[in-house]
Amino acid sequence: MSEPSVVLNNPGQSGAHEQELILSVQRGQNELFYELVRPYERRVYAAALAILRNEQDAEDAAQEAMLKAFANIRQFRAEARFSTWLIQITVNEALMRRRRERTVVMEGIEHGRDEESEYAPREFADWREIPSEALERKEVRQRLAEALGTLDRKYREVFVLRDMEHLNIQETAEALGISVASVKTRLLRARLMLRDLLAAGWEQGWFSRLPFEKGTKPW
Amino acid sequence: MVVNQRMLHCEQVWREVSNYIDRDVDAALRSSMEEHFRTCKRCASVLAGTRNVIQLYGDERLLEVPAGFSRRLEKRLTKDAAVKGSRWSSWAAWLVPVAAIALIAGGLKLANTFTFRNLIKSQHALPANNIPPDLVVVVSSGSKIFHVPGCRFIHDKASERTLTAKQAMQEGYFPCTRCLRQYLKTGLTRHQGAAVADSGSVEEEEESEEVLSLAGR
Repeated sequence: MSEPSVVLNNPGQSGAHEQELILSVQRGQNELFYELVRPYERRVYAAALAILRNEQDAEDAAQEAMLKAFANIRQFRAEARFSTWLIQITVNEALMRRRRERTVVMEGIEHGRDEESEYAPREFADWREIPSEALERKEVRQRLAEALGTLDRKYREVFVLRDMEHLNIQETAEALGISVASVKTRLLRARLMLRDLLAAGWEQGWFSRLPFEKGTKPW
Repeated sequence: MVVNQRMLHCEQVWREVSNYIDRDVDAALRSSMEEHFRTCKRCASVLAGTRNVIQLYGDERLLEVPAGFSRRLEKRLTKDAAVKGSRWSSWAAWLVPVAAIALIAGGLKLANTFTFRNLIKSQHALPANNIPPDLVVVVSSGSKIFHVPGCRFIHDKASERTLTAKQAMQEGYFPCTRCLRQYLKTGLTRHQGAAVADSGSVEEEEESEEVLSLAGR
């Protein structure tokens, strides 16, 4: 498959191969659809999870989104990025599910804060770069996921779409149905909060086994 | 107005740090911020930490799925979208309704055939094969039974109409079990008498066809 470095920033198919796959599926070679979407299945799941916060719901939504993408594959136009299109379908599906459930359960506390209010960083420690091998450790990945999970929904959604799904600001705004200005504000807040959370995590020893130089910390 | 880097407060830098990383600030602000980062350790650590967050979370390895996710996804796609295992599916997609219609139509026709045959069978039909097609019979408006003229079981004699046995059966009439008894009783073994006498020269196979077409109506 691809080199890890390619996977990092450009998960998925090489452009030309993907275009071929899309055309083939559009022409009726349905059996190629799974090959087309497989590189994105994790991103699709992550997008659904960011919105629904429940593994089972996220998996259902991810499957449903894939089926919808399949049903509408002929409407996909080459000028768009396939991954973005797929993520947007997933976000729609997840938001729709949440709205449906919301009629029963209100998620009240998430409306409590004013996103326009300033957020001041709390941690000002010296920076050391975290080696990317740290992500090989399940514990580290889990800590990062937990930190993300503590963010309010509106920050989490924007952050996941922008920084984990690699949608641009405009695409993120469209997917979530909010303004570009809101995306920027929320993204800033999300990034700063995560930075503080992870720095606090450092204090609690989350990354204590990482090979940092003595007396330094990454944030 | 040109932003004076000396006047740039840390709060302003924090407000723009995300846009700065996304290269979404104008040139003047950018250079002011760069200058600020050079001189302000705290803001430099905010910038570095924020970048680190973006880099860490941007890593594919963080996108984990539950065990068995891929298998279940593939299964669902296969099941609900005929996504795999079928080069058929593309053309089968339109073939399915066509086949369904054909099946239903064929089924109905068969059902009709069988129903009719069974109906006849249950009453008197097997033997009805032996009724000479051009035997003169009468029907009346009172029932769906045809009779030999003069049969005393004819209802509403006033409405009698004369026709051949073949016509009567084509119109959906059944033979009277009384006056046509002789043809019915001998049903299973082809009656050597009147039934086939008229078409004695006809090949057995043609005869069968004729009978079938009668029964099948």
